[in-house]
Amino acid sequence: MAELADYAIQSRDLNLWYGDFQALFDVNLAIRRGIITAMIGPSGCGKSTFLRSVNRITERLGYVRTTGSIDVLGQDITAEVVELTQVRKHVGMVFQRPNPLPLSIRKNILFAYDLHHAERPSAAQRDEIVEKALRQVLLWDQVKDDLDGKATTLSLEAQQKLCIARLLPVKPTVLLMDEPCSALDPEATAAVEELIWDLRGEYTILIVTHNMAQARRASDECIFMLMGKVLEHSETAEMFVNPAKKETADYIEGRYG
Amino acid sequence: MSMFQATELNERNKRKEKLFRLLFGGMTILLIVPVVVIVATLIARGGPALSWDFFFTAPSNGMTEGGVFPALVGTLWIVAVALIASVPLGVAAALYLSEYAPDNWLTRLINLAIINLAGVPSIVHALFGVGAFVLFFRFGTSILAASLTLAIMTLPVVIVSTRESLQAVPRAFREACWSMGATRWQAIWNVVLPNSISGILTGVILEVSRTVGETAPIMFTGAAFFLPFLPESVFDQTMALSLHLFVISTQVPGVPEHLPYGVALTLMGIVVVLNSASIAFRAYLRGKKKW
Ligand SMILES: Nc1ncnc2c1ncn2[C@@H]1O[C@H](COP(=O)(O)OP(=O)(O)O)[C@@H](O)[C@H]1O
Ligand SMILES: [Mg+2]
Repeated sequence: MAELADYAIQSRDLNLWYGDFQALFDVNLAIRRGIITAMIGPSGCGKSTFLRSVNRITERLGYVRTTGSIDVLGQDITAEVVELTQVRKHVGMVFQRPNPLPLSIRKNILFAYDLHHAERPSAAQRDEIVEKALRQVLLWDQVKDDLDGKATTLSLEAQQKLCIARLLPVKPTVLLMDEPCSALDPEATAAVEELIWDLRGEYTILIVTHNMAQARRASDECIFMLMGKVLEHSETAEMFVNPAKKETADYIEGRYG
Repeated sequence: MSMFQATELNERNKRKEKLFRLLFGGMTILLIVPVVVIVATLIARGGPALSWDFFFTAPSNGMTEGGVFPALVGTLWIVAVALIASVPLGVAAALYLSEYAPDNWLTRLINLAIINLAGVPSIVHALFGVGAFVLFFRFGTSILAASLTLAIMTLPVVIVSTRESLQAVPRAFREACWSMGATRWQAIWNVVLPNSISGILTGVILEVSRTVGETAPIMFTGAAFFLPFLPESVFDQTMALSLHLFVISTQVPGVPEHLPYGVALTLMGIVVVLNSASIAFRAYLRGKKKW
């Protein structure tokens, strides 16, 4: 058994209800640090719900109730004393639809940074932060001459890369990505996938995908969920070649939709 | 018979189509007629009364001569102070209801109450204004009391129009902010307000300027029958165009006909100018936005 902090995310008996509807059942997951873990399963099986629980954005809805706990780097984020804004600093989230803020590219990158830093760095330092983040997502060359342009007018691919880039200046531990490529065309998907692969190691990435090829190509481990339960969690290569459960095999082969 | 020829059914539908088009068009014209008649009458009869002197001199000779200067200035004061009072209040309430309040029965009840408040007759607001501002807060009959009464009266529409502007900002922006650790206020300040403030302000100006013609709410709270000086502070009474029109049309004998028409035309002019300015401003801002 690995050390506690080898796991970036560890959920214990996580149950979640939307009102009377139970969306997660006893989810016990241990997601290893520094790798890419893909989450697959038919629509409505609770993938997004789990992701949103790790960022604690679910509880904004008044009718959500959870039991169990989630540790991030060995610390319980569901505890009473936990500061939500700190959780969200350490656990970044990328959404299905690229959602850059209606601000300039520069301000998008600095937004989270400014939220979490009381002191304003010098203009030069700010430029450095912006450049570094944009270089990390391979966007720098494309936008460096238009940093004050509106982020919402970029191509969808660039917008999604920007949404990843804006998380990096606050040095998150975990990046949650909820079908980050589903709004993109195949070429853009490939580009963003490549970028995600580049970020591997520095960040722990948990990515939901509908695309089996993507899960297979671009993840180290894979989690298969069905009806709010985790059915299988294993190395990606293993799962795709030799699934342990019949349901997994059925899903991978496209018999669920 | 060719396959593209009209059938009996097609013909019948076409006749119906024509009938309904005519019917609805006719209704619309019927609706426009009174408006055109009113405006034309006002211009024809009130137009000759308008002049520099009319705008810039006080009424004289028992209000049967002279102009509307103190009433014009008074109306602008009252509307301006009403705006200053209702903008922060209305925007704050709308922000709370739209951005903070949980979606539960209490919030829904409050929203319902606000919508219903908009239907309260203005005379009721007037009496409330007398009780609250003139007597209880001891503002006396003054611009302040009149403006606050108007502000309270317009708050429901101000809140509704502000909430509309706020809700026009896509929810995804707020979620993006929250997911990065922004508080509600940080999301509002950085993203929601900058993208809605112009809409909010033009909406509010539009709603409040519509109260230019209100008479009941100000006649017991701050507008004077006849007061040929300009107000010096918000604690003074003042004349106002709407009340002045009422007075010279019904209360004073011997007023020449062109005078009330001139006042009415002036009143309408102010409303038209304020409305078109704020509508144009809003259209301009909408055109500029891009997301
Ligand atoms: N905000 C919500 N309110 C009520 N039910 C929800 C909400 N979000 C998701 N659900 C329900 O929870 C289940 C899991 O949803 P979700 O986590 O979005 O699935 P996935 O991302 O795997 O497609 C679905 O049955 C869905 O209808
Ligand atoms: Mg989902």
